[in-house]
Amino acid sequence: MKNPYMPAPVKLVKHFVETEDNLIHSFTFQFLNEEDEKAFAYKPGQFAEVCVFGKGESPFGIASSPTEPGILKFSVARVGVVTTAMHEMPEGSILGVRGPLGNSYPMEEFKGKNLVIIGGGFAFTTLRSTIAYILDPKNRGDYGNLTVIYGARNPGLLLYKDELAEWEKRSDINLVATVDRGDENWKGKVGFVPAMTKETAPSAENTYAVVCGPPIMIKFTLPVLEELGFPPERIIMSLENRMKCGIGMCGRCNVGNKFVCKDGPVFTLAQLKTMPNEY
Amino acid sequence: MLLKKDQVTNWLNKLMQTYQVFAPEKEDNSFYFRQISSGDQAILDYNNSSIPPKEVFFPRSEKLFCYRTEKGGVQLTEQIGEEKKVVFGIRPCDAKSFLLLDKVFNGDQYVDPYYLNKRNNTALVGLGCNQPAAACFCASLGGGPFSQEGLDILLTDIGDQYLVEVITERGRELLSGMDLPVAGQEAQAAARSVKEDAALASAVDLGGLKYRLDVNFEDPIWNEIAEKCLGCAACTYSCPTCHCFDIVDEVAGKEGCRVRNWDACMFPQFTLHGSGHNPRPTGKERLRQRVMHKFKYFVDNYGATACVGCGRCIANCPVNLDIRQVIEQIGQAGGVQQ
Repeated sequence: MKNPYMPAPVKLVKHFVETEDNLIHSFTFQFLNEEDEKAFAYKPGQFAEVCVFGKGESPFGIASSPTEPGILKFSVARVGVVTTAMHEMPEGSILGVRGPLGNSYPMEEFKGKNLVIIGGGFAFTTLRSTIAYILDPKNRGDYGNLTVIYGARNPGLLLYKDELAEWEKRSDINLVATVDRGDENWKGKVGFVPAMTKETAPSAENTYAVVCGPPIMIKFTLPVLEELGFPPERIIMSLENRMKCGIGMCGRCNVGNKFVCKDGPVFTLAQLKTMPNEY
Repeated sequence: MLLKKDQVTNWLNKLMQTYQVFAPEKEDNSFYFRQISSGDQAILDYNNSSIPPKEVFFPRSEKLFCYRTEKGGVQLTEQIGEEKKVVFGIRPCDAKSFLLLDKVFNGDQYVDPYYLNKRNNTALVGLGCNQPAAACFCASLGGGPFSQEGLDILLTDIGDQYLVEVITERGRELLSGMDLPVAGQEAQAAARSVKEDAALASAVDLGGLKYRLDVNFEDPIWNEIAEKCLGCAACTYSCPTCHCFDIVDEVAGKEGCRVRNWDACMFPQFTLHGSGHNPRPTGKERLRQRVMHKFKYFVDNYGATACVGCGRCIANCPVNLDIRQVIEQIGQAGGVQQ
């Protein structure tokens, strides 16, 4: 019987300050044991519990893609006890990971379809996983046009700046990076995500929208998508609720009869419309 | 079979040679299921335990694993015991609660090895209820004072002896070497009469409740019901089917353990996000969650109501919030039922 509470030991191989406000750091891990790495077969959109021994564990969306073998990456905001401890950990530290947990973005269902991926703030992590997965040469042919609309309050708060610059240069992804307020070096778009969606989103025909961001962004982006003709079944979202076990037993992350940890975190807007607003 | 009451201590002492035995023990004026070290510690002249015997399988605080961090690594030690156990003298309602907890901890997708291991290694000896208490309503939930569901043996008190009904093979094993006499017609009749006389003082009507809960999430009735709730969680801690828990690290130096502790949906911190947002911000949402979980979500997910009618939440509530009345109130609110 596999014990779902046991973490696999991992080594912190890269600790990177992601945003200029120092609030979000990215952590790249390597499994200490090969069998743990093999057992950790994940898909974009899934999450894992990361533990700092002595402090506790917290759930984070996986920012790396299964097409990037050998590493596991998370981008984590400093909020509480575990995340503060993580932010202070030097490279080489040993932490624990258990998972992968939750469902994933429906990568099979997306095949042959165009995608518009809309993200805001630091909710961009599992979206980064999805984009990296699609852009992998083995997978790119399975998917249609890829549009990414990504917004942050200012340029210094964008995640994965090096990758964004690379994606800008590619012809097989249309990246629209936007900020609420630019600075002297910012040459990209200025404007909120909902407005940018209206301006740059592709036709809804044969297209799925994946939306992940702060509640205020979601609130104003969904009407835009519906106006553009995206049916609720093709608007894909990812929820967050407080979690402990991650396997549908500890009882706190439920929204109606669904557990965000086990039945989610990915739900279609059509599903969310049938669920209470407890998230 | 028949067991004289003065043979119980001997039986328990015999069982203790093979099993860890948990039985009701008296402390102040309350009873708790605890591991006994001598047969005479078990008190069977009791109504029901204050805290349900679920804590034998799902302790209020339980180590999941311990660890020792060292240079370049960490040593993990799982804390899963293999001891064989007997829970002696539990009430039929509590036996039924385990069948509900099984659905959660022994799921299709995930299995909780801590719960399941203890559960699989444990036999249950039930004690029927000759006099159900004032807050009992087990029959409304499909149980009964002498229900055998989930038990390995059922004892029925017929005066100076117990009628012993063996329900499973595991139950038969508990009696090996006891050589009990077969119950004669007189004893059988006495047991029948005890069972017939065990009248439940109360009942609830669950007809139509699920339908109401399917549609009344936004109903103002929830404000009304939640108004007097203090959010103390006495109901959840005394509930045999509540299974919510927290996971924390307890640590000293380089050594620590990951521990799970009972938690409760009645507390605001239970769902509080790191951002400060709380999806269940007030008592209304939390009380609604508790009722919905028992009588709707659990039914949706597992096809069973997560209540066994033990009445502990009623007996323990400091403001007399009575789940039977809540059910009735919900049934009556919002006009005609379909």
